[in-house]
Amino acid sequence: MHLLAAAATASNENPSGVFGNDPWWLTLAKCAVVFIFLVLTTLLMIWAERRVIGRMQARPGPNRVGPFGVVQGLADGIKLALKEDLVPAIVDKPLYILAPVVAAIPAFLSFAVIPVGPVVSIGGHRTPLQITDLPVAVLFILAMASVGVYGIVLAGWSSQSPYPLLGALRSAAQVISYEVAMGLALAGVFLYSGSLSTSQIVGQQAKLWYALPLIPSFIIYLIAMVGETNRAPFDLPEAESELVAGFHTEYASLKFAMFFLAEYVNVTTVSALATTLFLGGWRAPWPLSLIGHGQLNQGWWPVLWWSGKVFVLLFCFIWIRGTLPRLRYDQFMRLGWKVLIPFSLVWILVVAAFRELTNEHKTRIESLAYVGIPIVVVVLIWSFVAEARANRLAREVEAEASLPPRDGGYPIPILSGHAGGGRAPVAVAAATDSTEVLDG
Amino acid sequence: MTDTYESTYVEGDPYGGASPEDEGRVFTVGGGDWEDLVESVDPLESERIVVNMGPQHPSTHGVLRLVLELEGESVMQTRVVIGYLHTGIEKNMEFRNWTQAVTFITRCDYLSPLYNEATYCLGVERLLGIEDQIPERVNVLRVLVLELQRISSHLVWLGTGGMELGALTPMLFSFRERERILKIFEMITGLRMNHAYIRPGGVAQDIPPGAVDAIREFIPEMYRRVDEYEDLLSANPIWIARTQGVGYLDTESCMQLGVTGPLLRASGLAWDLRKEMPVMGYDTYDFDVVTETDADCYARYKVRINEMRESLRIVEQALDRLRPGPVMVADKKIAWPAQLALGSDGLGNSLDHIRTIMGTSMEALIHHFKLVTEGFRVPAGQAYVPLEGPRGELGAHVVSDGGTRPYRVHLRDPGFVNLQATPALTEGGMISDVVASVASIDPVMGGVDR
Repeated sequence: MHLLAAAATASNENPSGVFGNDPWWLTLAKCAVVFIFLVLTTLLMIWAERRVIGRMQARPGPNRVGPFGVVQGLADGIKLALKEDLVPAIVDKPLYILAPVVAAIPAFLSFAVIPVGPVVSIGGHRTPLQITDLPVAVLFILAMASVGVYGIVLAGWSSQSPYPLLGALRSAAQVISYEVAMGLALAGVFLYSGSLSTSQIVGQQAKLWYALPLIPSFIIYLIAMVGETNRAPFDLPEAESELVAGFHTEYASLKFAMFFLAEYVNVTTVSALATTLFLGGWRAPWPLSLIGHGQLNQGWWPVLWWSGKVFVLLFCFIWIRGTLPRLRYDQFMRLGWKVLIPFSLVWILVVAAFRELTNEHKTRIESLAYVGIPIVVVVLIWSFVAEARANRLAREVEAEASLPPRDGGYPIPILSGHAGGGRAPVAVAAATDSTEVLDG
Repeated sequence: MTDTYESTYVEGDPYGGASPEDEGRVFTVGGGDWEDLVESVDPLESERIVVNMGPQHPSTHGVLRLVLELEGESVMQTRVVIGYLHTGIEKNMEFRNWTQAVTFITRCDYLSPLYNEATYCLGVERLLGIEDQIPERVNVLRVLVLELQRISSHLVWLGTGGMELGALTPMLFSFRERERILKIFEMITGLRMNHAYIRPGGVAQDIPPGAVDAIREFIPEMYRRVDEYEDLLSANPIWIARTQGVGYLDTESCMQLGVTGPLLRASGLAWDLRKEMPVMGYDTYDFDVVTETDADCYARYKVRINEMRESLRIVEQALDRLRPGPVMVADKKIAWPAQLALGSDGLGNSLDHIRTIMGTSMEALIHHFKLVTEGFRVPAGQAYVPLEGPRGELGAHVVSDGGTRPYRVHLRDPGFVNLQATPALTEGGMISDVVASVASIDPVMGGVDR
């Protein structure tokens, strides 16, 4: 109930009405700031990734260009831009050129609906720190992510080469599967907030961040967001050791740089979305939010909290990459379809039931009981079934092991008993008579 | 487009055609469109794509080329193409004297150069009939460097194999430790790789002061590091998912394909030439042959990890056994009478030494000159002394016609033999499994192509 109350206050605090009233120069300025922020984050992220992974792998990482090598990303970017823009002769040229553009633009567009802070005053105008908001803002982000995949698929298709084709196939399957899991994870948030507008979702997390009551959704989202952005350990479309460079094998120069940019912007976007939907957006973390009656939740302070949360998530991306090997394609699909999606579905059911009971003015204990008891029963039954199955499998394995060993008729050498740790050296081939070699 | 093939096969006639079983189905094409023919034989033909994995590919261990026929992500057929790193080492050795040949054979399998040298030198020593005269210190030093080499080779396998499955960190960790071993090698032999350290009759030079301490310092750290690799990978669910049940090859298949080394031991057979055909006093060291029974990539990983520990045990024992003594046979017809000592410019023999030798013993100088330029003669015959290399049975078949140069040296490289198991390991799996399986074979193309 207090959630509903919080929702009411939140919508008063940050109503959708504040959007669309900005003068043109302010909107333009916001767009420019978001664009610059994303490009800078990409440069910083490339540097941070190499430095952090370097530290994890007991090596320094780039430290030559600028202080601590921080300008390395820029230097690499300039180098990429100055490289020869090679277009292989047999590619499908229009699509080949279009693909990196299709990949990069939606990555930037999604950021338009990410709330970076509350309403502030800029040049006499009171305006939220967000380019715009939509009643279906989160759907807009999902849609943009899906459009971005076209870039990857088209790149693989138009390159007319086996590795990019395989990379594109993987990418298509991967994004479709993980978008389902991701959408289901987000549905939990929608059920709680009753809104798809990002600013309202942030507004309703004043009391409690959704990451806590919706922790399964949060975890599913975190896994799906790594899958969605093709990052290790789910970087199958560009798996270096299998597909050379995957979908962008045939790309060079600025076109390659655009794929690179798109990947990192996507990483930032999904992190920002996780922050918005699960980590309270721009709101100050718990002990800080108590200081001075929420003083730290007003003005420009929230930009700091927001970026802090996003950068922590970005760090996790790097951390995961430094730790985990890559999954195989079928295992990855199995994880998506057989684990994440069924689990999300059950979880959504639970959340929906809980919300419905709360709406019927049951107390929280009652709601928990109504939802919890069936879950416990189901889990118990399932564990019995699983145990019986495991026993059966164990019996089968045992039965198989008791069968006599397969006699393939191929000789296997008899080992010398080397427990004693010593026997005379065996003469494998003694020097033979000289005539044998010369005459033979 | 029908089977109008008439076999010329005759039972027992070696010059007759191949038997129908050997040849498979044979088609005689009498005109028509090739595509139609292919379509009629295999309707799915056009669905398959042929991918050339290598010789330039991030995970083919240098220049291995795999021609994969894929149906989607599944591998229908694997063909291995080798020869991109052929350097004519074996042939070149026939034009160098017996000692010089060491500098060639060391460059075959570049991750286990000392093994190449050792098996060749043991063969030459057997032909010379001086196996019993090899000083004890030589045997201990050889075992010492060989076991360190095994660790460094397994470290490269761990690093590259991990990287091929997307685990980047183990690669840098293992190369960090390998660097320590290479530093030790540089101390002992003067070179990080391709040492030409083991020579017929002994080793090139004695172990320098400080090297023993460096190794003693390294051993406990290496034990710790091996635990660290296991912490990173052994229980990692993704690592297990990528390696367990992948690339299965049981003992019988290993025997049929001549596969030796960690692949064979991972299938359950404790076949280790250090125990089965011990040379250099391996039978007097206390160590276990590591085996696993699952015969998959994970089992091979476990075998190699544990072999590093066993090798460390052997290194420890070898250090304890190191007693002062000569590092070359006493036979002056084989060992150079003059010991190499560096001059003030860092090159050549010291002037003092040359002064002494020229002033006191002109005979020795002439002898030295003959031995260095012409080399010693090896009695005619052939010998094969295999060693348990990091990848399996590594042996040099050395043939002499009684001259100062090898008549023929053939290297039985385990990488070459084990590589023929690739189709057995990969066909029917997925393209990602190809990478895991080939990594588990651990082929070194320098040795495969020679």
